[in-house]
Amino acid sequence: MTLLSLSDLSVRRGDCPVVDHVSFDVQAGECIGLIGPNGAGKTTLLRAALGLLAADGKSSLAALPAHDRARQVAWMPQAREIAWPVSVETLIALGRIPHLPRGSKLRHEDQVAIDAAINRMGLDAYRLRTATQLSGGEQARVLIARALAQDTPLLIADEPIAGLDPANQIATMDVFSGLARDGHSVLVSIHDLGLAARHCTRLLMINRGRLVADGPPAQVLTPENVEQVFGVSAFFQHTPDGPVFQPMTVIQ
Amino acid sequence: MRASRVIPLVAALVLTGAAVLADAPQRVVSVNLCTDQLGLMLASPGQLISVSKLAHDPESSSMADAAQSLPVNGSGAEEVFLLNPDLVLAGTFTADATVQMLRDLGIRVELFAPASSLADVPARIAQMGVALGRQSEARAMIDAFNAELAELSKAPPRRPRAALYYVNSYTMGDRTLAGDILRAGGFDNVASEAGMTYGGTLFLEQLVMLSPEVIVQGRDYPGQARAEDNLEHPALARLTNSRVAGTLTDRDWICGTPMVLNAVREMRDLRLSMEQD
Amino acid sequence: MRLGLILGTLVFTLFVGALVSGYANASFTESLRALFVDDGTPLTVVMRDIRLPRALLAVMIGAALGMSGAAMQGYLRNPLAEPGLIGVSGAAALGAVLAIQTGLSASFALALPISALAMSVLGVLLILALAGPRGASITLILAGIAISALASALTSLVLNLSPNPFAAADIVFWMMGSLADRSFTHVWLALPFMLVGWGLLFSLGRGLNALTLGEDAAEAMGIRLPAMRLRLILGVAACVGAATAVAGAIGFVGLVVPHLLRPLVGARPSALLWASALGGAAMVLAADIAVRELLPDRDLKLGVLMALVGAPLFLHLIFKTRKEFA
Repeated sequence: MTLLSLSDLSVRRGDCPVVDHVSFDVQAGECIGLIGPNGAGKTTLLRAALGLLAADGKSSLAALPAHDRARQVAWMPQAREIAWPVSVETLIALGRIPHLPRGSKLRHEDQVAIDAAINRMGLDAYRLRTATQLSGGEQARVLIARALAQDTPLLIADEPIAGLDPANQIATMDVFSGLARDGHSVLVSIHDLGLAARHCTRLLMINRGRLVADGPPAQVLTPENVEQVFGVSAFFQHTPDGPVFQPMTVIQ
Repeated sequence: MRASRVIPLVAALVLTGAAVLADAPQRVVSVNLCTDQLGLMLASPGQLISVSKLAHDPESSSMADAAQSLPVNGSGAEEVFLLNPDLVLAGTFTADATVQMLRDLGIRVELFAPASSLADVPARIAQMGVALGRQSEARAMIDAFNAELAELSKAPPRRPRAALYYVNSYTMGDRTLAGDILRAGGFDNVASEAGMTYGGTLFLEQLVMLSPEVIVQGRDYPGQARAEDNLEHPALARLTNSRVAGTLTDRDWICGTPMVLNAVREMRDLRLSMEQD
Repeated sequence: MRLGLILGTLVFTLFVGALVSGYANASFTESLRALFVDDGTPLTVVMRDIRLPRALLAVMIGAALGMSGAAMQGYLRNPLAEPGLIGVSGAAALGAVLAIQTGLSASFALALPISALAMSVLGVLLILALAGPRGASITLILAGIAISALASALTSLVLNLSPNPFAAADIVFWMMGSLADRSFTHVWLALPFMLVGWGLLFSLGRGLNALTLGEDAAEAMGIRLPAMRLRLILGVAACVGAATAVAGAIGFVGLVVPHLLRPLVGARPSALLWASALGGAAMVLAADIAVRELLPDRDLKLGVLMALVGAPLFLHLIFKTRKEFA
């Protein structure tokens, strides 16, 4: 089943293309990492795919009415905004907004989805804590749980693990790959190529708005691609413990 | 406070005394609505050469017709000085700076205090007579005033309760000119029941609770102001035992001139019409 | 729900309190009896034509201002956004003054609230344009100062140009607000606009909740922000415009009330809307009782009392959010 289909998607800022004729499909059960250097257009691509940004070309999600789209895809923006000192559980429950009939209270099925999200992110002890008083890493996990509570086939997250400690980064990536195994799909932009190589089933590499490579990590993270796009050399090997990717030196 | 009131009074008395001895002034300028009217009544032809701006407004002045032939002034020292007067008639509320400036320029300024009772009227007429050198005319006017006032204010069989009710819920008590006019017209002022002797705010609720037989309202000013809303409050119309005596003109009520007799007569007629009901 | 019950009881108690406080000396039972039974005494007129509309207006205006504050704060995600402080009330007062001074309201009564509404739409539009979508404190306050100053200067100018000698005295009323001697005429004038305003603002609850996560996340959850912005502008303008047209600019209600109630509703913007409506009604009722009981023989303006309570809180909030200023 195709959850997202982009064809020739382009976003221009003035004359300069920020996203340049990008096409790809997302199938069910994929955990996709979107990689590329700073300013490559990752955030713009994701927002345009969601229809939050005017773009040329086609995006299956942008074509949907806002309400239907919200049941197809959950979006976690890079800015971790929590405006008011609400409790963690209240914040996570906001993810149910697209499913609730207008003016209705949380129903049983909503509470089930909220509890599932809380359990998946290991936040049970935090339910009653005030969200704005948590540490940055804890807030990130709460916001991921919020997106999970939306219970959509596709989750798109913009740098969800930036600023987390190693244990939380790995745990979060495990949650994403677990979601993919359960038949959901996840599309995350990510700077840590090592985690991307280990946890993603597929990588999209973009540079200057263009899709440079698309495929399993081993096919995308070739020395040539990594050198050309990121300007670094890298160590990449399949070990008994899984793939290990480590950027090594900057190539002038 | 007291000292500052005494000094202009003394000055006025000294100057008035001087006026009796000197020849009558020939070029008199008035800068106050009340002295405009009293001056117009008492001055010999040609003696008064300019009146204040308000003197031409028929809403404000009872002598607007008589004033039309005279040029108006804006009551500023510069403008008045250029008219080359030998006497300026002003009120005690005329700006101090203006009065002082004119005096420094060597012009005689006669100040008239506002009337706060009907008894003040003969005193103002006498003061004006002396200032203009028209004492005998003033004496005749005083006699006529006293006679007519006595006739108009004969003790009525019954004194109905009345309220004066102005913009912003302002009212006038017994010790004001308007209150005295109401009393002479044969009414009891409910402001006294509310403990007010001078002017002050009579809250709408107080007025309703006092429910006077007559509510006398002030004049309707041009343009609009929210402050006038209280005069149209629906509660006034609901008072079944009260009669809102509409909008009475203010011009006969403000200045201590014989014109106040018109106001007294108006009040007496209102009372008589109530006796017939 | 328990909070709703408490606030409802508070509003009811204060409403009765407002009905029995005033200049006329009458006991509690006498007053209420005169309200329900027309015995032909002046007290019935006082209760039905003076105190009842006054108390009703206090409830309506308090609810309108409290809800407007909660909605603006939710939308801009800034606890300093309050219709009075950001110049919307001032703009509404200018609209009302224009309607009165041009004589429009004398020939067509609804011109008063409509003109106030139109000017407050302009005020809200200006604020949203100047403060930007996130409503950072510094731009919000600066824009508010500018709009307030301009509106009050124009209001004073219009009133000073009036041929009516009492128009200038109205400036205090329009700047500070008062419910003294308002009548049912004003209730009926304001009510339809407020009903529309309440409806529009109440419909924002879901969107305001979603906006807790930011504009992008809210939009991705199916919230249509342009439609929401339009409802906010019209709702705030209808509420503030109608309130100001009949009672002048009463500040700080929309600041103090949401601030006090936010912790009690778990900071949820949707719950804060109705809670602030009830809380605002309670606050204006309490203030209107206070102006009559504290200085019974002076016409103390409501805005004076509100500012005495609200301004220190405003300073406290600025102090709390000063990190944004750095």
